[in-house]
Amino acid sequence: MTQLTIDEVKRHAGLARIAMTDAEAEMFAEQLEDMIGFSNKLQEVDTEQVATMTHPLPLYNVLRKDIPTDALDREEMLKSVKEHEDGQIKVPTIL
Amino acid sequence: MTLFKKTATELQSLLHNREVSVKELTAESLNRIEKMDGQVQAFLSTNEDQALSKAEELDKLPMDGRGPLFGLPIGLKDNIVTKGIVTTAASKMLEDFVPVYDATVVDKINEAGMVTIGKLNMDEFAMGSTTERSAFKTTHNPWNLEYVPGGSSGGSAAAVAAGEVAFALGSDTGGSVRQPAAFCGVVGMKPTYGRVSRSGLVAFASSLDQIGPITRNVEDNALLLSAIAGLDPKDSSTSPQAVPDFRAALTGDIKGLKIGVPAEYLGEGVSAEAKDAVMDALKVLESLGAEWEEVSLPHSKYASPVYYVISSSEASSNLARFDGIRYGYRAEGVQNLEELYAHSRSEAFGTEVKKRILFGMYALGAAHHEDLYVKSQKVRTLIAQDFANLFEKYDVIIGPSSATTAYKIGEKLEDPLTLYANDILTVPINLAGVPAISVPCGFSNGLPLGLQIIGKHYDEATLYKVAHAYEQATDFHTQTPVIWEGK
Repeated sequence: MTQLTIDEVKRHAGLARIAMTDAEAEMFAEQLEDMIGFSNKLQEVDTEQVATMTHPLPLYNVLRKDIPTDALDREEMLKSVKEHEDGQIKVPTIL
Repeated sequence: MTLFKKTATELQSLLHNREVSVKELTAESLNRIEKMDGQVQAFLSTNEDQALSKAEELDKLPMDGRGPLFGLPIGLKDNIVTKGIVTTAASKMLEDFVPVYDATVVDKINEAGMVTIGKLNMDEFAMGSTTERSAFKTTHNPWNLEYVPGGSSGGSAAAVAAGEVAFALGSDTGGSVRQPAAFCGVVGMKPTYGRVSRSGLVAFASSLDQIGPITRNVEDNALLLSAIAGLDPKDSSTSPQAVPDFRAALTGDIKGLKIGVPAEYLGEGVSAEAKDAVMDALKVLESLGAEWEEVSLPHSKYASPVYYVISSSEASSNLARFDGIRYGYRAEGVQNLEELYAHSRSEAFGTEVKKRILFGMYALGAAHHEDLYVKSQKVRTLIAQDFANLFEKYDVIIGPSSATTAYKIGEKLEDPLTLYANDILTVPINLAGVPAISVPCGFSNGLPLGLQIIGKHYDEATLYKVAHAYEQATDFHTQTPVIWEGK
């Protein structure tokens, strides 16, 4: 079975933008190893000649007419934003 | 009053004869919640003032032009967005999130004249099968309060089973409507993928998610699916297939129906009670003129890993939107933007959600993309092909909705692989995109069991026909939990 290191778990957590302590990473390493081990069972299936299924239904080129419709109201949307000023969303300084 | 015991059709006739008003129906539902929900804990929030004032408005509308669901109360799983009403997906991430638009299904139930009573508990972001993973509360099974209602739509199923509402919507990514319906002794439908718009459903796994109705009987369920189904410009994965009046399918005539019963659905890990209940149900269906034989879905045993790889991969992408900036939880005391993302997500997502995001990241990462994600997509093709092969010869496929009755609260969470093994009965249906319904088919130690009927793409009508014929020939759906009478 794949041996997941704490560093690997923390690397994936970093990619997923989830802050994680070493203790948490250790717990997740164990849980993820179970899931990976469980998923490795798939390797026994012969899929040489099998296409991938990316979607349950064969719908192609779903298009609609390009007609302008009402957009969501900015004031309403800003009510869900924790910090904003003059109609703009505030975040920590990035420069 | 005992209005909560009646069907939609019975209530419609009472409304029509002015023996009851929409406001009285709404008040009764709210009273039931007041009386029962301290024990059941199905609702995360109720919508009392808005519901009562809407009911008053509806009472003023003329009798002509009222549809079969007019004026009837409904509860919504809390991952279905409701304009102006907090929608949490049972996560701390969305604890105070007030959507600015309604989901398409909410528009449709409003058009049908239904009254939204409140929002229902669930596993956080629909990840779980017991409703114990809600960030806010644990819902209890109305049949025995020490047991789980199933999940992830556990609040929806429990609210219907408790008689708090006769109608609820849930969502089903890998069994999350059917399994709680089975555990709570009610009727739950997972429609064909694309039958019901997902616009306004908080996304978990977009190639699997589907909203479905939960009700106490098959006819009510058929009415609700007819109301919410259909092509939606806001969801390009909805199907252009016409939506039939599903109630018209309830003829009771299933003579000559061909049923396939997969050996894999009555195999290892499925309890004797669940097997016996299915065999008894098959006898009932035979007596109504159906024929059945044992068949095989040979790739079923791979469905659970395929499901976890695909659903976690899609979830890791879908849940990337929760960044602590535009809406939802925002961490405090951070130094920079990176920390804002990482701490908001770390502090607001529960352990199960983090685990699935991490597993999805792992499966999609360059190192394992081929052997996990792409491999799963290929095996998914084989699972879908298993169903297509059987549906060339059979009209429906039947098995249990769950391997056992409900578990005791706290009992099984220690062993995730046991929970995953249970998925074999439900997740292949989502992977193949076909519809399936769960109807009550028996009891074991006072807890309900569910019969699962699986159909061809877009053939919900046949599922309703078979489920209704079975329901009318049995009396499981007429039994009610002890707490109904307030004992």
